[in-house]
Amino acid sequence: MAHEPRPSSGGRLRAAAETPTARARRVLGVGVSLLEVDELRVRLRGAGGLLTVVDGVGYRVDQGEVFGVAGESGSGKTMSMLALLGLLPEGAVVGGHVRFEDRELLGLSRSRLREISGRELAMVFQDPLTSLHPMLTIGRQLTEHVRRHLGLDRRAAERRALELLEQVRIPGGATALRAYPHQFSGGMRQRIAIAIALACRPKLLIADEPTTALDVTVQAGILRLLDRLRRENDLAVVLITHDLGVMSAIADRVSIFYAGRVVESGSCAEVLREPRHPYTRALLDALPHPEAAHDQPLVAIPGAPPNPGSIPSGCAFHPRCSFARERCRVEVPPLLVVQGRAFACPVDPLAAR
Amino acid sequence: MSVLELRDVVVDYERRGGGRVRAVAGASISVEAGRIAGLVGESGCGKSTLARAAVGLVPTASGSVVFDGRAVSPLGRRGRDRELARLQLVFQNPYSSLNPRRKVASQLADALSTLGLVPARKRDARVRELCELVGLPAGAAERFPHEFSGGQRQRIAIARTLAAEPSVIVLDEPLASLDASAQAQLANLLVSLSRELGLGLLLISHDLAIVRHIADAVSVMYLGLMVESGETHQLWELPLHPYSEALIKAIPRADGRGILPEALPGEVPDPGHPPQGCRFHPRCPYVFGRCRSEEPPLVGLAGDRFAACHLQPEGAEAALPGERAQLVARPDVE
Repeated sequence: MAHEPRPSSGGRLRAAAETPTARARRVLGVGVSLLEVDELRVRLRGAGGLLTVVDGVGYRVDQGEVFGVAGESGSGKTMSMLALLGLLPEGAVVGGHVRFEDRELLGLSRSRLREISGRELAMVFQDPLTSLHPMLTIGRQLTEHVRRHLGLDRRAAERRALELLEQVRIPGGATALRAYPHQFSGGMRQRIAIAIALACRPKLLIADEPTTALDVTVQAGILRLLDRLRRENDLAVVLITHDLGVMSAIADRVSIFYAGRVVESGSCAEVLREPRHPYTRALLDALPHPEAAHDQPLVAIPGAPPNPGSIPSGCAFHPRCSFARERCRVEVPPLLVVQGRAFACPVDPLAAR
Repeated sequence: MSVLELRDVVVDYERRGGGRVRAVAGASISVEAGRIAGLVGESGCGKSTLARAAVGLVPTASGSVVFDGRAVSPLGRRGRDRELARLQLVFQNPYSSLNPRRKVASQLADALSTLGLVPARKRDARVRELCELVGLPAGAAERFPHEFSGGQRQRIAIARTLAAEPSVIVLDEPLASLDASAQAQLANLLVSLSRELGLGLLLISHDLAIVRHIADAVSVMYLGLMVESGETHQLWELPLHPYSEALIKAIPRADGRGILPEALPGEVPDPGHPPQGCRFHPRCPYVFGRCRSEEPPLVGLAGDRFAACHLQPEGAEAALPGERAQLVARPDVE
């Protein structure tokens, strides 16, 4: 034998475990809306009064799709998600509408929101070392959830925990349940955090930079896992990331955030291949391109993203934008919808080239 | 000509409760003036330890570290050769490597006064010059570290090393935890510093995509050993070691094509108990008999390439490990 077959199969396996509704949706191209966010506004209490960190954001997430949210740090991606779960810091002021299935989430009591957010909505964070409890076994952390929310007894909960570990490909079964977080590697810990989030079979998983702290090889494994889970379980995933490569790998539709606003949204393929907003264009240009000549300087965006306290007038991106015109300084460009895509810019970089 | 030369460096750590971990098991790398040498590998492969050994922050168990003709000895109570100040290190996290209570100017001036490179009356001018060199905005010197973004803080850290008029800077993951745009700005700065000041840079990173863009040569490290090294563009276009190939395939591309990157099965093993034979064999897609028992040495191939893989015999023409696996007929039968 020349060599053994490669353990992980290459390419993207689509059809294998897709649910019928997921397949219908993919073929017909129609989505069943699960989450609708409209005019979401988040203001946080800062030293000088209230600071707007999310400024009228809207998007829709369909059942079973991966919705990518990208932007630089401080663009409001995380804050807009924390608002859905009622996890904003003390004193935050939230406005707008968040409809999850047929319920309005904003304004719900803390306990009611906790019921929904533990069960139907789940979240995974960047650093599994801080989101997992270091002193409790994996088994305890996996069963606590289902016992509380689904009312399972100890043995049923343990069966569910083993099932979850298998689903996220953690070897060891019952032995793994008795282990503590520090006994696992970073990638394994993130798999465990995902298993905990999936414990109550949520409909929506919010993953905030789930692979940022991981090596690329491990990151690829987590992306494959998320992709498989959403196919098998018809799970919708909101993927928050600053890495457009990660987004490109698994997102169906995306929104690009800048300074608390959505500047562009549409299908992932269209937005990344033909960006219509200069910011999206600039973000893509800043990446090391695999086919570019070596030693060709990277095209960085001048300056840095603005702080919430000092958002520029008009289009917030205008001071860094190479297409900026006079009106960009004064007018906030509306998010225009054109052929299933939306972008907030009067100058189309595709046309301007 | 190489300014910093690491030869067969071995670094051991004592493990709590006895026992020893060999974090670096015999690694060589050289840094030349005006060039950027990249060092990549997954976390736990020993790349940060090697960076520390390169500047003498950790003692080596064997092997040599030579900077500008002088042995780099570990930091000791007696201080060290002044000339070694020309070998500098930038840490990953600029939030913790800068003093939050002192203005940028005073932190930069510290370096100048300690080394006595600039007379006191010229120090302010030199501080401004350093800020300008790394592209900090005017007036940056009079501000505190918290007033800057992550990318700017990393620039301050680099400015501080430049105060020592170094000929080599070792940078340990300087680009990690930065946004794409800030990363691009800093990457461009590193290239221009190396070209314009003739600095040799040793750039340690887990991000092969960015290393590929700015490094002239690259070494790939796995579990304490170099598995491949060569000119960056060659290694990228035709990786010889299955591990380098896996690292490249794992990079997700922002092309909107929805292609899932290849995952490398398994985990990095415990460096305290490295696998027998080739350290990569339990995760290697092309593993065969010999790999499980015999450790492949780093050998030279045609075209100034180096790889440590049984599929790449010494002096052979460069070929992808997959092609080689088919070429090498029934390697189990020898």
